[in-house]
Amino acid sequence: MADENEIRNVVMEVLTDLTGSDEITKDPDVNLFETGLLDSMGTVQLLLELQNRLGIDAPVSEFDRTEWATPNKIIAKVASLQ
Amino acid sequence: MSHWINLQPYENPMYILVLVIALIPLIIGLFMGKRIHWYETLVSIVFLLFMFDGDKLSQGIALIGYIIIEMIIVLAYAHYRMKPNSPNKTWVFVLAVALSIVQLAIVKLTPLFADGKSSLFGFLGISYLTFRVVGTIMEIRDGSINAKNFDPKKFIHFVLFMPTISEGPIDRYRRWVKDYDQVPDREKYVGMIGKAVHYLMLGLFYNFILGYLFGTIMLPNVQHLAMLSRHNFLGISWGLVGVMYVYSMYLFFNFAGYSLFAVAISYLMGIETPMNFNKPFMAYNIKDFWNRWHMTLSFWFRDYIYMRLVFFLMKHKWIKSRVTIANLGYLTLFMIMAIWHGETWYYMVYGLFHACAMMINDAWIRWKRKHKGLLPSNKFTKAMSTFFAFNVVCFSFLIFSGFLNTLWFK
Repeated sequence: MADENEIRNVVMEVLTDLTGSDEITKDPDVNLFETGLLDSMGTVQLLLELQNRLGIDAPVSEFDRTEWATPNKIIAKVASLQ
Repeated sequence: MSHWINLQPYENPMYILVLVIALIPLIIGLFMGKRIHWYETLVSIVFLLFMFDGDKLSQGIALIGYIIIEMIIVLAYAHYRMKPNSPNKTWVFVLAVALSIVQLAIVKLTPLFADGKSSLFGFLGISYLTFRVVGTIMEIRDGSINAKNFDPKKFIHFVLFMPTISEGPIDRYRRWVKDYDQVPDREKYVGMIGKAVHYLMLGLFYNFILGYLFGTIMLPNVQHLAMLSRHNFLGISWGLVGVMYVYSMYLFFNFAGYSLFAVAISYLMGIETPMNFNKPFMAYNIKDFWNRWHMTLSFWFRDYIYMRLVFFLMKHKWIKSRVTIANLGYLTLFMIMAIWHGETWYYMVYGLFHACAMMINDAWIRWKRKHKGLLPSNKFTKAMSTFFAFNVVCFSFLIFSGFLNTLWFK
């Protein structure tokens, strides 16, 4: 079980890598989909990374874009799935 | 058989008026905080009967057969997946999906093999019903739909949900059930009625005024003009340019109008069916366009085909390059969409065109990320992108319209 801090670090690291920008550290409430920072491909990579690094098993059909819209929302979602 | 009353969904303003009047008891019930289930079922059955009676009776029989077969498949698969320690074998899942699309595949392929004749197993709405069924099977596979939230009776109701039966929008089982199981509080429901009235008015304007203007009045004229110049190189003429834009406008206003009606009627019934269009011609690139055009269909293809395929390919590491995986995903998505539209050369070219447009779009975004600051980004460049995307889309609709087939080969 990863704690909240560890989840935050992993999610931010993965997202920075996937979006190729530091915008998410500047604003962790930025909407990843509306800004085009994350697309379907990036989403799948995110889900796979979460699976590999945190053992979160989130199938594609659990991925609701409104619930996973911002870095902060993703962190909360991951914590709830643990 | 002219003595039959046959009503096709949203065929004229009268249909909408009759439907809204029939829904009044349900609306009053919802306003009072109660969903009158038996009345809702009754209205749905009566309007389904009006849709499939008279000379449409054989379609009605095909629909009943379809529902029985799909119920057997989904219930069998749900039984398999929802028992404790279900093995969740991939072949069982693939079999369930394959069986559930057999009837649609027969209906879609019959014209190709039977000289353009349509299949006896077809009925209006078969595509949209199948999207709902297949989506449900996929979510049962994932365990997102499980013993806790699956109810066979509600599932039939969802698949046959009357306002959206013929042309969508394509809702999702879990989202639909959440609305169906609760009654919106009064303040929210009054807001929904307000939206419904607005959508109905906008739909009437789109469908019966603008759709009629572009489709019935202007389109035959520009088509005639284009045909007069068909001996030009590739038939290119101002008339053809006219067909391209007029057809695109017709397609949008006609279909967006239908979708608004379906969403409005759903709202009156206390169900927030998702919207299908979000100013698609304001899209700044082709990817943005597919997030705005026929959204419930493109999101269906995105979530149930593209993302699942990409997930599968990346997890099993069959292909290393992310770009190749994404491009393979686009090709698969748009070619399946093309085959679903129909087995003609112009639907295939349309699919290929959009797949290529997506690949080029991605490549362009990658290039821009690598060369940050090289190109300006301001109001003018944004307007340029929107204008460019609009023209790319209209050109794709010219292919989609099948008019080039008439122009070149008939």
